[in-house]
Amino acid sequence: MTALRPDLAAIAEMIPERARVLDIGCGDGALLEHLIAAKGVDGRGIELSQQNVNACVARGLSVIQGDADTDLAEYPSQVFDVAILSQTIQATRSPRAVLAHLLRIGRRTIVSFPNFGHWRVRLSLLVQGRMPRTAALGYDWCDTPNIHLCTIADFVALAGDFHATIEQAVAISDEGRTHPMAPRAWGPNLFAEGAIFLLKPPAAKM
Amino acid sequence: MAETASPRFLRPLAAPGEDVGQAIAFDLSHPLALDSGRTLSPFTVAYMTYGRLNAAKSNVVLVCHALTLDQFAALRHPVTGKPGWWDVLIGPGKPIDTDRFFVVCANVLGGCMGTTGPAEIDPTTGEPYGLNFPLVSVRDMVRAQAMLLDAMGIREILCVIGGSMGGMQVLQWAASYPDRVVSAVPIATAARHSAQNIAFHEVGRQAILADPDWKDGAYQHFNTQPSKGLAVARMAAHITYLSEAALQRKFDRNLQDRAEITFGFDADFRIESYLRHQGTTFVDRFDANSYLYLTRAMDYFDLAAEFGGVLAEAFRGTKSRFCIISFTSDWLFPTPENKRIAHALNAVAANVSFVEIATDRGHDAFLLDEPEMFATVRGFLNAVASSRAVA
Repeated sequence: MTALRPDLAAIAEMIPERARVLDIGCGDGALLEHLIAAKGVDGRGIELSQQNVNACVARGLSVIQGDADTDLAEYPSQVFDVAILSQTIQATRSPRAVLAHLLRIGRRTIVSFPNFGHWRVRLSLLVQGRMPRTAALGYDWCDTPNIHLCTIADFVALAGDFHATIEQAVAISDEGRTHPMAPRAWGPNLFAEGAIFLLKPPAAKM
Repeated sequence: MAETASPRFLRPLAAPGEDVGQAIAFDLSHPLALDSGRTLSPFTVAYMTYGRLNAAKSNVVLVCHALTLDQFAALRHPVTGKPGWWDVLIGPGKPIDTDRFFVVCANVLGGCMGTTGPAEIDPTTGEPYGLNFPLVSVRDMVRAQAMLLDAMGIREILCVIGGSMGGMQVLQWAASYPDRVVSAVPIATAARHSAQNIAFHEVGRQAILADPDWKDGAYQHFNTQPSKGLAVARMAAHITYLSEAALQRKFDRNLQDRAEITFGFDADFRIESYLRHQGTTFVDRFDANSYLYLTRAMDYFDLAAEFGGVLAEAFRGTKSRFCIISFTSDWLFPTPENKRIAHALNAVAANVSFVEIATDRGHDAFLLDEPEMFATVRGFLNAVASSRAVA
């Protein structure tokens, strides 16, 4: 098994052993495979790319082709211990509706995303007057799949709209390293390349 | 019940001495209560096995066959002399690895390859059943298979797998016997037969019924056979198993053994000649009444109906693992029908994978050399086997 990407490793740290996990936008299944091997979780995935899905299933993972925007409604409430949305929320049509479903489906929700408040993004727009292209956001504005980018402060506000509790917040640095952050401080919103949030929905027990 | 060394086949075997499989005869003390309200007794189930049953009886893969296929899924078919219909998938080292798994495949109830069907002798009259044979459902087929496994001393099925009508049986197995099914792989199938599919079946049945040699189903008595009608039924059905793109690629408007059209009704086009061949070879291996009964069983299949019309209820509380496979160019059992099953399973938080495979070979793709299907089945079976500690 190759080493897990640092942001995925940080997500894995947040997940209890033997949990029932739904990974939305599971990509090639690296996180799921790691969670099953290292933590004995009951892991399922949803992935948009059929090619990725087929590869996941051939590796023995339980993955279904689906779209976070349209297919989460069919899942019953509170059946997963953790619902994960990794580097995907910014590509959904309706991040608000998707987050609402995540908080409904999972007793905990983990969301990671690139931070549009990063200083390089801000500087690029300020100095060049062009939509930013950075390492984390490597697309031109006209063909980016990232149609709903947000800053860490924006996401904190959205979580607040749902009265979700932020149980953990992790900053992803320029070098891909991860470290805990104060979600409402100005520093991470300016210096973090991305962020990972562990949320508890308002009604969740435990 | 009693084991029969050589099951009775409708047609003489082309290659005597081949392994013709086994059969278990269920006597009057083991009647089969059917969905129609009628009871079938006595009856026989003919089947084939491949590989070895392990000591824990935990390595059983039950293969369910499609409409016109039979229990000869692997190795050489004793009647046609060709490789078994899933020989690409079943065998030593193949995705359904007979070095690891014990594969069971039974001829369906109502079939014509040794399991009791309309061509069998009705013990109450001494004549072939013909139309006196009771209508059987997909659930009845599964009940008969369950009785077969019981008789073999097998309780748990590691994986039940099949395509098309076989996929319907897989779904029925998962719904009827959730505690016996560790995993299920329904391929190119649906939880209910669509209006379009019923329509095509009706065309086929009408072709048989319109053949004067059908004789109200009593053709065996008159020593005739509605070969013309059955051939036309097969020709119409065969088109639905392919795709427009595949037909175009294989046949285009090419002419058959001639340089130009003949201004008549000969098989000028290669596609015509191909279909005629499909029709005439089919009547040598299949019984017309069986075709009527089995197409009807598929038409009647609507899994949600027995669960208040809500498909998800068929799977509530299931612990089975599912892997659903569809093919992009299959218009008989298109991806949305297969996905409907996946959605229903999601709604009860079942463990489900769904794979759609890109191919232009239509519905028949599930019988063909499709590497991505092989990889999917192999990976899924590996994961299931290791979760149950099957070596």
